Amino acid sequence: MKTVEAKHLVKTYRNGEVKALNDLSLDVEEGTVLGVLGPNGAGKTTTVRILATLLKPDSGSATVAGIDVIKHPEKVREVIGLSGQYAAVDETLTGWDNLVMFGRLYHLGRQKSVDRANELLERFDLTEAAKRPITTYSGGMRRRLDLAASLIVRPKVLFLDEPTTGLDPRGRQDMWSVIQELVTGGVTVLLTTQYLEEADQLADDIAVIDRGTVIARGTSDALKTQVGGEKLEITVENIDIAKTQEIVTRVSGHSAYVNTRTVSAPVVNGSRDLMEALRALDEAKIHPLDIGLRRPSLDDVFLSLTGHVAEEVNEEAVIPKKGRKK
Amino acid sequence: MNHAISDALVITKRQLLQLSRVPEVLIFSTIQPVMFVLLFRYVFGGSIDSGQPGGYVQLLMPGIFVQTVAFTLVATAAGLAEDMKKGLIDRFRSLPISRGAVVIGRTLGDALLNILVLAIMAITGYVVGWRPTSGMFQITLAFLFLFMFGYALSWIGIFVGLSIKDARTVQNVGFIVTFPLTFLSNAFAPTTGMPRVLQYFAEWNPVSSMVAACRQLFGLENEFGATANSWPSQNPLATSLIYMLLLMIIFIPLSIRKYKNTSA
Ligand SMILES: Nc1ncnc2c1ncn2[C@@H]1O[C@H](COP(=O)(O)OP(=O)(O)O)[C@@H](O)[C@H]1O
Ligand SMILES: [Mg+2]
Repeated sequence: MKTVEAKHLVKTYRNGEVKALNDLSLDVEEGTVLGVLGPNGAGKTTTVRILATLLKPDSGSATVAGIDVIKHPEKVREVIGLSGQYAAVDETLTGWDNLVMFGRLYHLGRQKSVDRANELLERFDLTEAAKRPITTYSGGMRRRLDLAASLIVRPKVLFLDEPTTGLDPRGRQDMWSVIQELVTGGVTVLLTTQYLEEADQLADDIAVIDRGTVIARGTSDALKTQVGGEKLEITVENIDIAKTQEIVTRVSGHSAYVNTRTVSAPVVNGSRDLMEALRALDEAKIHPLDIGLRRPSLDDVFLSLTGHVAEEVNEEAVIPKKGRKK
Repeated sequence: MNHAISDALVITKRQLLQLSRVPEVLIFSTIQPVMFVLLFRYVFGGSIDSGQPGGYVQLLMPGIFVQTVAFTLVATAAGLAEDMKKGLIDRFRSLPISRGAVVIGRTLGDALLNILVLAIMAITGYVVGWRPTSGMFQITLAFLFLFMFGYALSWIGIFVGLSIKDARTVQNVGFIVTFPLTFLSNAFAPTTGMPRVLQYFAEWNPVSSMVAACRQLFGLENEFGATANSWPSQNPLATSLIYMLLLMIIFIPLSIRKYKNTSA
């Protein structure tokens, strides 16, 4: 069963000047995680806001848990949890205040709200910080609290808009394990991200979006195969480029790509290919300045799907300076 | 429907909690009017010849009361804009709560704050010689008027906050609009000294009606500038009431609808 289904969503801003969504369709199977992967400005937040009933599309339709988001937004709100790109909690209040307040707004009643708040604080490792104002929290703690706030009534569908953007590696790791745990609990999740690695870690299925529309859809494995998995990258002195290109091409089986002094090509057997390349370089008496395996990034995905690297939508161009918000 | 009220009260409670967690807000919003009372009382009080038994302070206090509650508009608008910027309104809008609850809750919270502020100002006024001479009933009625005026303006604040969406801009615009409105009135000086056009404006200014109404209810004879024989200056109580009802009838539904349709 499709728990989330969006069909032909179109959303424009500024009287049609900015096309945030351009015929976007996607769906999420019950109990699975869909990763919506795209660069800044691709339309991720707009999609989430429409599905979470915060925004009405210009055209198209969408259902969440079988409920039409445009016709019955109030019913949709009863079954969803939303954790936004920017932590949406009251910063002047404590973590505990916030969760109790949200519990009350879910009509849990006083005692139940308090119990649930304590339970969630415990679970997200925030008990110690419970009585401190959010302003004293780290980025990771804030995100965890925001996530906790969206789980108060155990939603059927959870929307996570860039849950780790702006976090340090440690915070990101923590957040990942929290989300993974949730997923095992059976909730259906739509999560957006700019990181292929994150989608790979968390999602069963990935939809790549660019300029408001889905340009690829598939499992993480399928996508990576298409992109070419890991890449071997070697940086050498100018005089060694030609020879290195030859070696890399041989090891990889694909023609190597040269960008200034860096030679790269997709490889299948990661470290074994790396060793082989090293040996060949050594025999040729070439001393690489830098050598390594690089996991494919969003840029690589875009390069292979569209032939160009991911372009951030240039906001300067569409939004007049004086009206811009920081 | 039964949730509408309890939801709004949760939002109101949040605002009160904020005040306890960030007492600066409370301190600032009470110091400002107290400062006004003292400044006007002692800086201008000696030089303005009001001809009022009991002195200028009798005329001044109603003016400062009205001016202070008028700024509720800015407070409500800025608070709401801040919540929108922080994404909190998005969160609220994704919850299964009654649609009006968030804005109703905020106007109630600001109204409660006004009660406190009015009480502190009344005490300060008393200390510096303000002595209403009417009865308990009229005095209570005057404060009820002030409270309602603040509440009505709070609803305009909701509309302004939702329209402008940026707390700082809201504050600037709010002051630019509210300051002239409170000074182009009979609040601090008689309207008779103003150029004809301004005088006319001042007579019809809701702030003037409110000030005149309060003066009347506090037992003053001299309404300080009700000279043009315009209807509002002759009937300040009725005019104020009409203004307040009109504002609420227009802005409560308008603001709630705007809230429903706004996306931050
Ligand atoms: N309120 C708005 N007004 C004008 N343009 C907007 C607004 N919100 C989003 N956009 C534009 O719509 C496009 C998609 O934005 P968004 O959905 O936020 O992208 P993402 O979340 O993937 O970064 C961008 O070009 C963005 O500038
Ligand atoms: Mg976004």
